[in-house]
Amino acid sequence: MTGSVLEDAFVWLNDPLSWTGPRGVLALAREHLAMAAAAVAIAAAVSLPLGAVLARARRGGGAVVVVANVTRAVPTFALLLIFATTAVGFGNRPTVIAAAVFAVPPILTNTWTALRSVDHGVREAAAGMGMSRWRSLVGVELPLAFPLIAAGLRTAAVQVVATIPLAALVGGGGLGVLVVTGLATRRFGEVLAGGLLVAALCLLTEAVLAALQRAVTPRGLRPVRVRGAAQAPGAPRS
Amino acid sequence: MTTSPAPDPWLSWSYVQANWGDLTTALEQHVSLTVQAVAIALALALPLAVLVHGHPRWTAVVLGVTGVMYTVPSLALFAMLAPFTGIGRTTVLIGLVAYALLVLVRNVVVGLQGVDPGVVDAARGLGMGRVRTLLTVELPNALPAVVAGLRLATVTTVALVTIGVVVGFGGLGQLMFRGFQSGYRAEVVTATLLTVLVALVADLVLLALGRALTPWQRAVRT
Repeated sequence: MTGSVLEDAFVWLNDPLSWTGPRGVLALAREHLAMAAAAVAIAAAVSLPLGAVLARARRGGGAVVVVANVTRAVPTFALLLIFATTAVGFGNRPTVIAAAVFAVPPILTNTWTALRSVDHGVREAAAGMGMSRWRSLVGVELPLAFPLIAAGLRTAAVQVVATIPLAALVGGGGLGVLVVTGLATRRFGEVLAGGLLVAALCLLTEAVLAALQRAVTPRGLRPVRVRGAAQAPGAPRS
Repeated sequence: MTTSPAPDPWLSWSYVQANWGDLTTALEQHVSLTVQAVAIALALALPLAVLVHGHPRWTAVVLGVTGVMYTVPSLALFAMLAPFTGIGRTTVLIGLVAYALLVLVRNVVVGLQGVDPGVVDAARGLGMGRVRTLLTVELPNALPAVVAGLRLATVTTVALVTIGVVVGFGGLGQLMFRGFQSGYRAEVVTATLLTVLVALVADLVLLALGRALTPWQRAVRT
């Protein structure tokens, strides 16, 4: 049986009909990435300003970390199903919202940490030069904090791409559809092919974002090994 | 004539009473899968970490590979395993062990790396062999990192078990999905709360265990 499954997967992946059409790999991958982009955008729109405000407030920071840790105990799948049983409805929307919720902690904690760790002297120098708080934030602190913030965005994005496959369980789209329908119809070649494609998409996202993060980090800040330090070691799994 | 929609409460005690059997079965499955997965992963992670410890190149390889593998979502992993290990408990368990292993190996390796070189030197100066140094000096010193890894791995595993629904063995996730399919909110919410409760209890137990195992840390703090 084992050999034939591998063969089936190989044949399925080599069939042009698997790739084209409204339920083909290409269309599903495009849907997958669009959903992921929407989720990251929602999460970033909420957590970047919030992180900046909290870093300024010098209070409630501890709460941020605690909340971020607690979200790890809530399964993404559970939140997704809870959304799906409400007015949000099922399909892609609850998945995007659930993925966005879980993308908030890495972006928020990294933004907060990054802005808090900007050298106090630098901030004072900016104030001494007559910069307003806003200009100091945009012109001085954000560029210095950027590598850490980018690391948070990257962690969040990779995690979101890995979460979106769950949409298939609530009638949504994305590449998870291949796995879920394959399991339901007991076509294991398709299941295996779907699993490989989802894994490949996640690894590809990680690689592209890693390269992107390097490219946009100012050269002067590069030698600092941002990644190991910045990545939340246990972003919630999905 | 209008018919009012059937009541669909978020929580309902009568649900809990009527489905006590299902709840305990799912809870038992959830807990046993978690405990088994973390125990197996720890049994594999300790020797593996010790093996690569002290070889910077191997360490870099292990940290790199585990980091990359951690990006693969569980749904994809279960999908890749199911054709070979069948639909059922084994597939879920293998997947859970894999993820817990990734977390644990990283933490044990980092923990061993973080041991003060002066302490290791002192042990050597006392005439300890490599094995004795490892067992009586390095591992105890790395214990806080190991426990931190265990806590992280356990909480992650508790949440991950729910994805086991794709192969029919998701513990409390099974109830969540059933509740979703039949549009019964109370079932989804009850199973979710129980899952979070399991994660929190497990975390507290491991926290207490870590404190008990490292009495010297408490002495320093006070």
